[in-house]
Amino acid sequence: MARFRAMLAKEFIQMRRDRLTFAMMIGIPLLQLILFGYAINADPKHLPAAILVADQGPEGRTLFSALQNSGYYDLVRRVQSEAEGRDLLARGKVQFVINIPENFSRDFIRGDRPALLVEADATDPGTTGNAIGSLSTALNTALQNDLKGPLESLAANDGPIDLRVHALYNPEAITHYNIVPGLMGVVLTLTMILVTGLAITRERERGTMENLLSMPTRPIEVLVGKLVPYILVGYVQVTLILLAARFLFNVPMFGSLLLLLLAAALFIVANLAVGITFSTIAQNQLQAMQMTFFFFLPSLLLSGFAFPFRGMPHWAQAIGEVLPLTHFVRVVRGILLKGNGIGNIAPELWPIALFAAVAMFIAMKRYRQTLD
Amino acid sequence: MNGEPIIDVRGMTKRFGDRTVVDHVDLTVRAGEIFGFLGPNGSGKTTFLRMLCGLLRADDGSGTCLGHDVITESEAIKREVGYMTQRFSFWEDLSIAENLDFVARMYDVKNRRQTVRKSLEQLGLAGRKDQLAGQLSGGWKQRLALAACLIHKPKLLLLDEPTAGVDPKARRDFWDEIHHLAGEGLTVLITTHYMDEAERCHRLAYIAYGKLLTHGAVDEVIGNERLTTWSVSGQDLAKLTEQLRARPGVEQTVAFGNMLHVSGGDAAALEQGIAPFRTDQYEWRQVESGLEDVFIHLMDKSKDNSLS
Repeated sequence: MARFRAMLAKEFIQMRRDRLTFAMMIGIPLLQLILFGYAINADPKHLPAAILVADQGPEGRTLFSALQNSGYYDLVRRVQSEAEGRDLLARGKVQFVINIPENFSRDFIRGDRPALLVEADATDPGTTGNAIGSLSTALNTALQNDLKGPLESLAANDGPIDLRVHALYNPEAITHYNIVPGLMGVVLTLTMILVTGLAITRERERGTMENLLSMPTRPIEVLVGKLVPYILVGYVQVTLILLAARFLFNVPMFGSLLLLLLAAALFIVANLAVGITFSTIAQNQLQAMQMTFFFFLPSLLLSGFAFPFRGMPHWAQAIGEVLPLTHFVRVVRGILLKGNGIGNIAPELWPIALFAAVAMFIAMKRYRQTLD
Repeated sequence: MNGEPIIDVRGMTKRFGDRTVVDHVDLTVRAGEIFGFLGPNGSGKTTFLRMLCGLLRADDGSGTCLGHDVITESEAIKREVGYMTQRFSFWEDLSIAENLDFVARMYDVKNRRQTVRKSLEQLGLAGRKDQLAGQLSGGWKQRLALAACLIHKPKLLLLDEPTAGVDPKARRDFWDEIHHLAGEGLTVLITTHYMDEAERCHRLAYIAYGKLLTHGAVDEVIGNERLTTWSVSGQDLAKLTEQLRARPGVEQTVAFGNMLHVSGGDAAALEQGIAPFRTDQYEWRQVESGLEDVFIHLMDKSKDNSLS
């Protein structure tokens, strides 16, 4: 019993000394509580929608207010053509384009069941599923009021309008079309940060850093020499995931793979820079791993990889927008599923580049050429 | 030794927070010299070596190392220095040959393959060159480290307790090698705890609590201290030690196996101090003070100074 108590006391003393581990043990549950409790919402509302109105009749306005009232749709902009709507969808600016065709009111009153066209960016079926599901109920309820008197007979049939939903990019709502491309970013984030963090702290932990620093090397030679092998490893991972996506999961690949590989380079560099920064702070390999996890968790949860980005509150989206994974997930999905070109993904590339530059700057600032 | 100064520094100072680890140390080491750097643990020896080769930034001080400014030209110094760390710091998951090759590449060694092969042969490790460095015993690791430090033909070797944890035979071989290298003109600055090693140095310096207390050749260091030492043997020396320590004139007692060294700075006072114990029970003999007596004396003195 005395020895047990001695052991216990020793463990508590060591736990208290290892501040970072202690902070992580408290910090990670807190982080999880906040993220899962407040940020994640599997039933996203207020999804941005664009409208294309070719008919000025009153029924159109009724439909719009019905959509707004459903809580799922925020009509954020008006577009002039279908092409403009498609472009917004491709760039992920809006989740839906609602198209009210010409003569909608006239046909409605005549009982010709006019078509209402809803185009959805369905890359992530989880984001659009509920919004689409609520569509026909919301519209029919709204139109009940207009179907009084002489129009009452219309309500009885198939419904007064012909609702056509086009689930673009992933029409069959296959979840792994969305998950597998996103996974590429997740895997790169975890391994790239972890291996660089470990590679440099390992030198310090084993005492070989002192030897390395006593040699006439420049920091850039040491760092670049250390990182290039991992960039190659990163590309092996990208290739493996692409092959699996193609041959195991039949994920469609509409865009340019070359563009994807170039974007991946930027993303890998951003993550390596984070890894180096961590390694300049961490005292040993364990701490580097803990820091990696601390960064990885919000990346996983707030990037829109696992949960609908638009379902999160604004503060969580703001954090998500800073993280490179958020943008890379959009890039990969955009290139593979939407066939996006450089023009459409550029708005997602510069945030990654900015992040990489800042992280690299901190890493270079903190990297010591001496043992001070 | 009257060679040109290889290390010539003044006022070297390093602080970690408010702790001064190296406190205005002046040191001159000449070409071809084996210079021993002695001092207790934590006295600042390693920190001083690290400042010399640019691993730590000095907070104060100036001077040259191999003709380069010790503060601003550490890149140039690194190229011509071989620094052997206290703890084995080569890559245990690389083989012996891979370690040597890596170091040779880092220093841009000409005729690299040939140099590495020659180094392996000299080491006597040619047959085991593909063995991982981590599998070597302490003695062999030390030899590998020395070979790696020499591969770029440095002009100055900084060795930080190179023989700690190495068996006596390997230690002797190591010192023979060091003397051989010095004979070829290499300058060596070596830190050690061992007195027998200190005596193998051409000159030495003693550092404690960050301050350089004395330096010179062995006999100069001993002579400067003007310490008188008596050796005594007999029964129950432990009791005698306690009694002697209470006596005026007795400044230190150091046990050497079955003997006790009793020393003091004032020869007359010491003789008076021990007089009551010079009975048949003990055998007394005045001896020359050794390095160890002198260093312990120096350390006690500086401890008194740093406390007062």
